[in-house]
Amino acid sequence: MITKRIIPCLDVKNGRVVKGVNFEGLGDVASPVELAQYYSSCGADELVFYDITASAEGRSLFTDILTETARKVFIPLTVGGGINTVDDFDRVLKCGADKVSVNSGAIRNPDLIYQAAKLYGDQCVVISADVKRQDGEFRVYAKGGREDTGMEAISWIKRCVDNGAGEVVLNSIDTDGVKQGFDLEMLEAVSNVVNVPVIASGGAGKIEDFLTLFRTLPKVDAGLAASIFHFGEVKISDLKAEMAKAGIPTRV
Amino acid sequence: MIAIIDYGVGNLFSLQSSFAAIGEEAVVTSDEAVISQADRLILPGVGAFEDAAQKLRSSGMADVIKRETAAGKPLMGICLGMQLLFDKSYEYGEHEGLGLIRGNVRPIAEVIDKDLKIPHIGWNRLIVKKPSPLFQYLNDGDCVYFVHSYYAADCDDSVTAVAEYSAELTASVEKGNVFGCQFHPEKSGDVGLKILKAFCEL
Repeated sequence: MITKRIIPCLDVKNGRVVKGVNFEGLGDVASPVELAQYYSSCGADELVFYDITASAEGRSLFTDILTETARKVFIPLTVGGGINTVDDFDRVLKCGADKVSVNSGAIRNPDLIYQAAKLYGDQCVVISADVKRQDGEFRVYAKGGREDTGMEAISWIKRCVDNGAGEVVLNSIDTDGVKQGFDLEMLEAVSNVVNVPVIASGGAGKIEDFLTLFRTLPKVDAGLAASIFHFGEVKISDLKAEMAKAGIPTRV
Repeated sequence: MIAIIDYGVGNLFSLQSSFAAIGEEAVVTSDEAVISQADRLILPGVGAFEDAAQKLRSSGMADVIKRETAAGKPLMGICLGMQLLFDKSYEYGEHEGLGLIRGNVRPIAEVIDKDLKIPHIGWNRLIVKKPSPLFQYLNDGDCVYFVHSYYAADCDDSVTAVAEYSAELTASVEKGNVFGCQFHPEKSGDVGLKILKAFCEL
């Protein structure tokens, strides 16, 4: 039986790990390579590196860090941020990424997912969606959660999967940074319409939130978080031990 | 020295790095002379079977692999590289493999429950069916990382481990000096590195 995955997310800017609450107010944490090694040794099942650099210098610094990480860490590595073209896929895959996550790039160019999936396979393409409740529906946001696209989220995500996205990361803007648990309602709505892995993101504050997630929504495959891991509020080794104790399939 | 056979599919950076991490020299190569000097061979692979099988043949690597393994050199096929060891694959048609191990590659959709997701992706437990030198450093319940939509069938006599995904999917095979892992040892953390280390000690 496939185990439920625990995924720390590292937002990287100018070669350092950052994490904002509700995507704003970024604070410095640590060296991405060291943090990645640490998480791998604690039992993280996968890592997400999110490049939030805008400059060209920052971008090449990011790929250097990615290469260095792939040299030292032997668990799956997903890379996102600034992925707008098939060349961007190529750039990060060459540096050791296993999967590439697209967000605004897929909103700007709806063909990107199809093109990338054809070239690298569905399993390589992850649609990462920032979603927020707006006017009685789930709405897709762009630009790191700052811009309402006006698109209904559930049908948008389903369309991305139909076009070849092999995995969905669902970031709930409503619960992000609030630390009161994952957005179960939103996650269920997405899980009901896709048959690829769904990764829950946004809202975890304690171990119990992950247990509730996997117990309530067995269709969800993974839980992703950043600051609670970075600041040691939740230790991945403790979390996984608790998951195993609760009878959730876990790699310990 | 380990030769990671380069026939134009996939990214071999992680694989090469994982050998470096256990202190083994590995070169990515399609040079026959280097391959014949190597102590061990790795046949990697991602993507579609037909394309990979065609590239193996057109690059001449298929013949080199058959010659080297016939002479007794250890070979490990990984993921699609494992599937290529078999007689045939039924991925989008019917395509011939290397025929080093008897069996066929078939869609996992034929054997798993309808509501399960495809590909079989993530960490799953290795269920050992037969002792293998590759498992000498492993513990009961160890997990490895899988990403695949096809599996090796009709190969009972060579299966050394399976993974449970409503059906038992072939996880590893072994026939003499030819080994195959459906999972990615280079992405399976310490467990994966232990499997590679065991292969290097064969």
